[in-house]
Amino acid sequence: MAINVIKPGLSTTVQDLGRPGYYHLGIPTSGGMDTLSLAAANLLVGNDAGAAVLEAVFLGPELEFTADAMVAVTGADMPPKVDGDERAGWTAFKVKKGQVLSFGFLRAGARAYIAVSGGIDVPVVLGSRSTYTLGALGGFKGRKLEAGDALPVGAGHAVAEGRSLPDALRRKPGLPAELRMLPGLYWHRITEAAGKTFFDDTWKVAPEADRIGYRFKAGHPLEFVARDQPFGAGSDPSNIVDACYPYGSVQVPGGTEPIVLHRDAVSGGGYFMLGTVVSADMDLIGQLQPHTPTRFVKVTMDEAIQARHDRKAVFDAIGAALV
Amino acid sequence: MTTRYSFGGDEHIFVECDEEMSLEAFFKGMSITSALREAKIRGVTEICPANASFQVRFDPDVISPDAMMAELKALEAAAQAAPSTLQTRIIEVPVLYNDPWTHETLMRFRERHQDPTSTDIEYTARINNLDGVDGFVKAHSGAPWFVSMVGFVAGLPFLYQMVDRKRQIQSPKYLRPRTDTPRLTVGHGGCFACIYSVRGAGGYQMFGITPMPIYDPNQTVPYLRDFMCLFSPGDIVKWKPIDRAEYDHTVAEVDAGRWMPRIAPVTFSLSEFQKDIDGTNARIMEALNGH
Repeated sequence: MAINVIKPGLSTTVQDLGRPGYYHLGIPTSGGMDTLSLAAANLLVGNDAGAAVLEAVFLGPELEFTADAMVAVTGADMPPKVDGDERAGWTAFKVKKGQVLSFGFLRAGARAYIAVSGGIDVPVVLGSRSTYTLGALGGFKGRKLEAGDALPVGAGHAVAEGRSLPDALRRKPGLPAELRMLPGLYWHRITEAAGKTFFDDTWKVAPEADRIGYRFKAGHPLEFVARDQPFGAGSDPSNIVDACYPYGSVQVPGGTEPIVLHRDAVSGGGYFMLGTVVSADMDLIGQLQPHTPTRFVKVTMDEAIQARHDRKAVFDAIGAALV
Repeated sequence: MTTRYSFGGDEHIFVECDEEMSLEAFFKGMSITSALREAKIRGVTEICPANASFQVRFDPDVISPDAMMAELKALEAAAQAAPSTLQTRIIEVPVLYNDPWTHETLMRFRERHQDPTSTDIEYTARINNLDGVDGFVKAHSGAPWFVSMVGFVAGLPFLYQMVDRKRQIQSPKYLRPRTDTPRLTVGHGGCFACIYSVRGAGGYQMFGITPMPIYDPNQTVPYLRDFMCLFSPGDIVKWKPIDRAEYDHTVAEVDAGRWMPRIAPVTFSLSEFQKDIDGTNARIMEALNGH
């Protein structure tokens, strides 16, 4: 079967759990920005947790189905509609041949995950179906969806309509959003006072927030420790000799607006980084809207590992609830 | 040269071989990352060499952060004893310097440049005391360059000029980054050259363009069928100045699937290079020219 794209939404891409292993060549992992929601959507419709789904940001697509399928929408609160009738999120529902799946306005979060039984069956490139638009790689022709596209869908397993994820297992981000961060990397480049304001300030998600990275504004500019710039680093005090950027690393070009790199990260460059958001909080970033007040919370490695275990426990609980 | 280790969250270790760029710092990173690749430590998922640093991604559910750190520090000690030779290859990259496409682009973004009244080449030639465009092309293409990092975007090489520091071309990045750079632009920022693998934003000075694709996600270019990215860290590049006729001819041959780059295997020894830069470069060039 296929899904015909009537309207593509703002920026809808095919994503799975990503393409690790090629970062040393500048090819980022890509994949869903909120992997917990992605996995839950898949499990609801009987797919493997890592099947390819559609990730729709801020504005949903309009899709015509050419065969019956089971569908689930998770992540952002963006109500799905079948031929105009609203369906519940985080719950499997049937879309019949010829029916149209559309979406109401975004009520919370940023990215909805649309899983279809059988998964979106685009070719596997370097081990993944995820779209990396900057490199025109993977997904549907290496780009976001456009009107007129016909998305291939794989063969699914029969699952019951109405399967639903218990409310306690659905993400509800708090306000302000809190991103736990392990200081490090080039933390020593800023003064002690700057380090304090960085964690004390409430930042706001900037409009420049996408799959490459999330920019934050409205905090105090950071003051640098004076030094003679090393050979090859460039003249700005925020410059370093171009180096790799970890996923989740927080760079602050010019010391003004922190950027947290995400799944389509540029793999390296010449800006200092003052630490890294813990892996457990990366999914949360994918659901932040522009202007969301956000705080960075300093943690130790032990706390980062504990957060990682807690997240895995949620992941396992979702799996157990949807056996 | 002091090595500095830092955790990048719970999944990365970042290792700075030196604060400043040098071939020695790059080699230190290469030898540790090569040893790490060979050690096949369980839980290591990505090994990314960079210019004067490198990064390792690991799965802390398989190997604890402290154990991973200890493994790396042990490898650093072992790598220091290893001879600094590299089995690599030299790749000739044809360049049309001062081409019309980067020229059109640099004129469009002139107000973001340090010197709006001259071109990027003229400006860089002047601040490096080179004799105009011709002097610049001679200096830029005279000696080979090391691929010291691949990244930023897919398949983009950073290159380090294989001459002593006082002869290295240096230039600042644009005052504000451009929103557009032609695909396959040969650029320069700080002490690094690069080739933009895809069209997009960029802040490096623009000197020319190569007709040679270096990244092909569809893998239809014959020499990119095995893998979509041409360059790996450790490759050596020799720029070959070409004229517009040769550029057009090469583009036509590439489009017809007939063109192949000139590539030759070569052994590079850091100690030999340190003793005799020009002699070592001449020997590397002989490998390319088949003598």
